This record gives sequence, structure tokens and C-alpha cells, in this order.
Amino acid sequence: MVNQESELKVIVFQLKNEEYAIPVQQVRSIEKVQHITRVPRTPKFVKGVINLRGVVTPIIDLRERFGIEAIPFNEQTRIIIVALDDMEVGLVVDAANDVLDLPVKSIEPPPEVIEAVEADYIKGVAKVGKRLLILLHLEKVLEKDTSTV
Amino acid sequence: MDMSQYLEIFIDESKEHLQTINEQLLELEKSPDDLSIVNEIFRSAHTLKGMSATMGFEDLANLTHQMENVLDGIRNHKIVVTPELMDVVFRAVDDLEAMVNSIASGGDGKRDVREVVQQLKQIEQGDVPTTKTEQPSTTSTLTQTYGEFEYNVLQHSKEQGFHTYEILVKLRADCLLKAARVFMVFDALNQVGEVIKANPPVELLEEEKFDQEFVVTVVSKQSAEQLHAQISKVSEVEEVIVTAIDVDKLRPSELASSQPVLSKTEAAVTAEKEEQKEENVEAQKEEKEHHKAVANKTIRVNIERLDILMNLFEELVIDRGRLEQISRELNHPELHETVERMSRISSDLQNIILNMRMVPVETVFNRFPRMVRQLARDLGKKINLEIIGAETELDRTVIDEIGDPLVHLLRNAIDHGIEMPEVRRAKGKPEEGTVKLKAYHSGNHVFIEIEDDGAGINREKVLQKAINKGIISKQNAANLTDKQVYELIFASGFSTADKISDISGRGVGLDVVKSTIESLGGSVTIDSQEGVGSIFSIQLPLTLSIISVMLVEIQQEKYAIPLSSIIETAIIKKEDILHAHHQKVIDFRGKVVPLLFLKEVFDVPVVKEEDDFFSVVIVRKGEKMAGLVVDSFIGQQEVVLKSLGNYLTSVFAISGATILGDGQVALIIDCNALIK
Repeated sequence: MVNQESELKVIVFQLKNEEYAIPVQQVRSIEKVQHITRVPRTPKFVKGVINLRGVVTPIIDLRERFGIEAIPFNEQTRIIIVALDDMEVGLVVDAANDVLDLPVKSIEPPPEVIEAVEADYIKGVAKVGKRLLILLHLEKVLEKDTSTV
Repeated sequence: MDMSQYLEIFIDESKEHLQTINEQLLELEKSPDDLSIVNEIFRSAHTLKGMSATMGFEDLANLTHQMENVLDGIRNHKIVVTPELMDVVFRAVDDLEAMVNSIASGGDGKRDVREVVQQLKQIEQGDVPTTKTEQPSTTSTLTQTYGEFEYNVLQHSKEQGFHTYEILVKLRADCLLKAARVFMVFDALNQVGEVIKANPPVELLEEEKFDQEFVVTVVSKQSAEQLHAQISKVSEVEEVIVTAIDVDKLRPSELASSQPVLSKTEAAVTAEKEEQKEENVEAQKEEKEHHKAVANKTIRVNIERLDILMNLFEELVIDRGRLEQISRELNHPELHETVERMSRISSDLQNIILNMRMVPVETVFNRFPRMVRQLARDLGKKINLEIIGAETELDRTVIDEIGDPLVHLLRNAIDHGIEMPEVRRAKGKPEEGTVKLKAYHSGNHVFIEIEDDGAGINREKVLQKAINKGIISKQNAANLTDKQVYELIFASGFSTADKISDISGRGVGLDVVKSTIESLGGSVTIDSQEGVGSIFSIQLPLTLSIISVMLVEIQQEKYAIPLSSIIETAIIKKEDILHAHHQKVIDFRGKVVPLLFLKEVFDVPVVKEEDDFFSVVIVRKGEKMAGLVVDSFIGQQEVVLKSLGNYLTSVFAISGATILGDGQVALIIDCNALIK
């Protein structure tokens, strides 16, 4: 969440060629890919559920959620477990590379057009050195009305 | 001071006290002369009042206070217990409950209770002098009355050379700590003699429920002057009048009482007092607290923590499975032994954890006596509710769900089952109908039966209704067995009551009952004999968190089908499949059963080609059946039911998930959703 503090700790992950960020408070853990049980009759981006230490946790493929072409999972693929209210959901990303302290000042509102990802899902962008980080609007990403068939 | 941390305890305890009050009030109604019941209610009400005042819930405290006054009147025989009075007290308890519930759901616990308070006040004042003249409400008169027991004590004391005095003590009008002064007076008297009786009674004195004066009867070897001097030493005492009494003269005038029952109960009360007279107020209170602590050696644990414990344990079980596998592969005898031991311990642990989640059905049953009483009064019927096996335990999750169905069934038994008193008399039955609510364990199930000795089910009436409502056809009707006819009652849109009443609704009740119970993995059956009564029998699984399933494979995916829905499994040949209206069906033991290819229903990615044989699981939902076509059966297993989480809600035909021994998640199929 963008708050009054001067710095925001974020987890940085990769999706296609872009780098995205989620505030660390919303992240429960980062997992390697494990067996995912497909759940029938759910939207395509819902990959299924995994057994996360005894808790059945749904998994969303962020690539498919954002309409980016899917790639097979590889050694770099990670599942970021995020928590929002009373929901815990895993997000499949290409790689999770970094934890960063973002100066709040460096965060700007999303530009009108961003390649591939609908602007709705974006809370802002931040420039750190040469890197451009996209801050995800998790509430929108996990919105339920789009998850029903 | 921040009270929020105590709020949860307050709510829990308030509910407990209200429950006690409810139960005891019902007892009191049955035996209005039993003072120990009144005392019990009084104690709960008093604690409740104290707690709510401390927590700052004034309305709650006020109403409890008012109720306490009435109870006090009953205790002192100033008020007679009548059904009308009980109605008002019950209404007050209802209000209290509503307030506590409002607090529990985050409200402020405020409620307009003026009417009930007014009624309570009226009772408190209105009926006062009629029944009890021997115990005057004011203490301005010096004469005390004595029960037989007290009389004997006095006689006995006299023989041993004690004098009997009645002492009127008047405290100063500005006395602040009346109870403390009373205590000091009693203390002074106990040093020189013994207090036999006090008016108002000691309990009331301790609670400062008197004006300025009170009378005590004391036996002592001291003279009247010495006693006077002793008591006058207590500060804030305005006046002391010591009167010597001749015990022998008491008997003819006072004990020719026309109410032997009352004097007996009074004697009992005094006997209690006798036992406690040495202890001071604090000690008595401590004693009570202590007693309570011993009786209830439990702790409250949040159900969430138990769930977490369960989760952690399940993980252990999965790891245990892996360990067992590794030990088998390594074939190391010591490792083998250790793993085996661990397995045994963990299965004991599993039992304990599961047991911790068990709650006696009492928690559901205990609200029924009130409800039945109310219903019986509303309908003008006489009903005796018998509860058997209230200690039977069920999983917490089942308990939470079972309440409403039971209410429906009880209402049904009372409204439709039990006849009006006149009708019963005409039939040669006792006027009072009996409804038995019985719970017991059997195997892996818990049975709850609701039995009434009412009219029973009229087969013809049910059939007629079912035909009229288009539930069955006339041709079918004749062939149905009695049991099948009774089952019709559970069909939706069915009500056999000639007139629709508030109590059993519009026939929406019973089909809801059936579906709720089936969703819990249970079943309902009816047995009835016309003119003799009916039995509704509910079968429930012991726990919802662990269920027996049949694991099946569909292509490369594993699914679990709850055993409770499965009738049997079969392997059929491709050519046995018939077609009817674009629907594949099979002839299964003379019945046409539609086939559902789960592969298609669940869009399972196909990797293997189908062969000429199909594995079919025959499942049922009520009377309807379906055959689920799978690729292979893996076997039966006990699994832990898990939800899919809050993100994936209402997935079609999937009721949950479970974690298998290899750590993978298998989905549990909801057969009810598959059968239309």
C-alpha cells in the first residue's frame, strides 16, 4: 500500500519483459512450482490448487490473467503467495528476483497506455535507476467477478 | 479501563448464565416450591447483573436487576409462581438474550425494555402481601416467626441455659456501608451467642436489601443489657432494642401455621444458614467460587486454533506416509520400528485432536425445552419433552448446522403430530403428549430421533395431497410402500396441515430439513403408525472434517467421491449403454440410470484412449440415481475435508478438496450438484 512512509518495501518479480512489484506486507511466501491440481470449470487463468503446508491454495497464472501468452513452467518459475483480506492466492510469475525499498516519491500514477497489461491492474509505476517497476493493484487482480465463468 | 479484552469472556459467560436461567426457570415451573431452584436462578442472574454492570451495559444490568427483584420475591414467598409470571420472566430472559446477542455481534446491547421492566415491577409490587403474612416486608414490627426447626433449636438452647432475644437494630439513615455494619453486628453477636434467624434474611442483609432496620433472633448466655452494649459499640447504629422472648410461649401462637410446606422450606434455608454462620461474607463467596472452579475443569480454546492444530497434524500425517514409504524401501529394521511407533502415536494423536472438536449435542438441545413450552402454550396443547442422550458428542461443524433442521422437525411433531388435549382424551391417550428427542452413537454415525406419540401419518391423506400437488401420479401412488409415502412429506411444496400455521410454515420446512441433513452427509427416515405416533430418525456422520471417500481416476486426475452418496460400483461393457432422449443410460438392477461422463463434465484433458469397459460409480441423491463414468477405481480412503479457500467459491460440482498421502490435492465431487 502506498502510505505516508518514505519507503515502500516491495517484492519484485518478472513477467515477460516487465518487472512488477507487490508490497511485502501482502506477500506470505514465495514457492517453487509444485504439483497443481486442476479445478474444472474455472476461468482459464486459474491453474488449480496446491497443497501449501496443509492449506489448499488456489493458483492464478498472472500471464494468462493479463492476457500475455503462456509459457511452460521452468526452473525460474515461482509462485508468490499473496494474502488479501481473508483470501490467500498463489500467483504464478516468470521469476521472483528481488526485494527493494522504493522511495515513495519515485512512484508515479500509471501512464495512459502500458503494454500488454490493462491499466486497471496497475496502481503506479516507479523508476529505480534504469529499472521501471509496475506496482500491481492486487485488489483488482483478484477481483472475483472476473473469476466466475 | 479497556474492557474489550474481557468482552469475549463476558459474552460466553453471559450466554452460559442465560442458559442456566432458562433451564432452571423451566424446572421452577414444574416445581414452584423448590427454593433451591430459585436460588440457582438468582445466583446466575446476580452474576450476570454484576458482569454487565462492570462492562458498562446498563440496560442489561437494569433488566437483570428487575428480574432479580421478582426472583427475590419468589424466594421470600412474597410472590407466587404462576404461568403468567413465568411468561413475563421468560420474556425478560428473551430480551436479555437479545441484548447479549447484540453485544456479541458488535452492537451496544441497548434495547427498549421498559415494558418488561414495567411488568416485572408490577409483579414485584402487585402480588406482595397476599400469600405470605408471616414474613412482613417491613421490619418495624418486632415479632419474628419461627419454623419447627428453629423452634427446636431455641428449645434446645433454653435447656442448656441460653436466653433467647429478639434484637431490633436500626442503622443511621446516612449509613454508607450497610452490609459492613450488618456484618459487624453479626460478628459481635456471634462472639457472645448465636444468631438463629434474621429478618430480612441474611442474604438480603448482605446485599443491603433493607431499609434502616433489621431484626435478629439470638441465643446467648448474656443478659439483654450486655447484648445491647455489645451492639451499640458498632458505629452508625442508631438504635438497638433487645427483647427477651419466652420460647415456650412461641409455640402455640406462631407455630399453628397453616402452611407446613413453607415452614419446612424455611427450616431448610435456616439449616443452610446454620452451617455457614461461622464464616464471614467473604469466605462464603470464596467458597462458592471455589466450588465452581472444581466443577468445571475446562479451558476455552478458539475453534480456529483447533483448526490450525488439525492442519498441522494433517501435514504430519502426510509426512508420516512418506516416512513409511522410505522406511519400507530402505528396509532398515530400527528405522522401521521407529516409524511404526511414530505412526501409532500419531494415530492416537489424531483421535485426540478429532475428539477435541467434539461438542455434546446438548448445546443444541438445551434451547428446545423453552421453544417447546412456548409452542405448547401457543397451540393450547400439553406436551412433555423428553431429552435423552444430550451428552452424545458431534463435530462442532455438524452441531452448528443441525440446529435449524431439528427445530423444524420438533415444530412439525408438535404442530402436526401431537393432537389437542380433547382429541387425545377421546382416543384414550393421556392428555399430555410426549415428544422424545434422543441422540446416540452407533458406529461411525450419530443418530438423532424425534419421536412423538401423536396422530401418526395418514397414508391416504399424504397420497391425496401428493397427487393433488402433482408430486406423484395416481398410478404410481398405489404401488408405493408406506415408507415411500412418508418420504413424500419431504418433497418440496408439501404441507399436510389443513390450515397453514405460523408454526410449521407452508411445507417449505421439511424439504429444507432433508437437504440440509443430506448436505451434512446424513440422511433422514420416517417411521410412523397411524394413531400411535411417528419417529423421524436423522443419521449424521460423526465428523465433517474427516469423511470416507472412494478415490477414482479420470485420465490423469484423481477425484474423491463421498462414500455416503455411493450405492455401488460396477464395470459395464460398452454395448450395455443404451440411448434415451440423447442421454446415455444403463439398465441397473431393473432401473434406468442416466450416465454422466465425468471426463466431459470436468473437461479433463484426454491423454488415454477409452476402452470397451467403463467403470461406473452409482450415486444417489434421495430417490434419484446417476452413474458416474470414471477411468478406474483407486480405492476407499478416509480423507480430511478442506475448503478450496475464499477465492474459488462455488465451483460447479466440487464440494471441497483433500490432501492425499503423496501431498497432492484431490477434489471432492459434490454428487448432489451432478444429479438434477
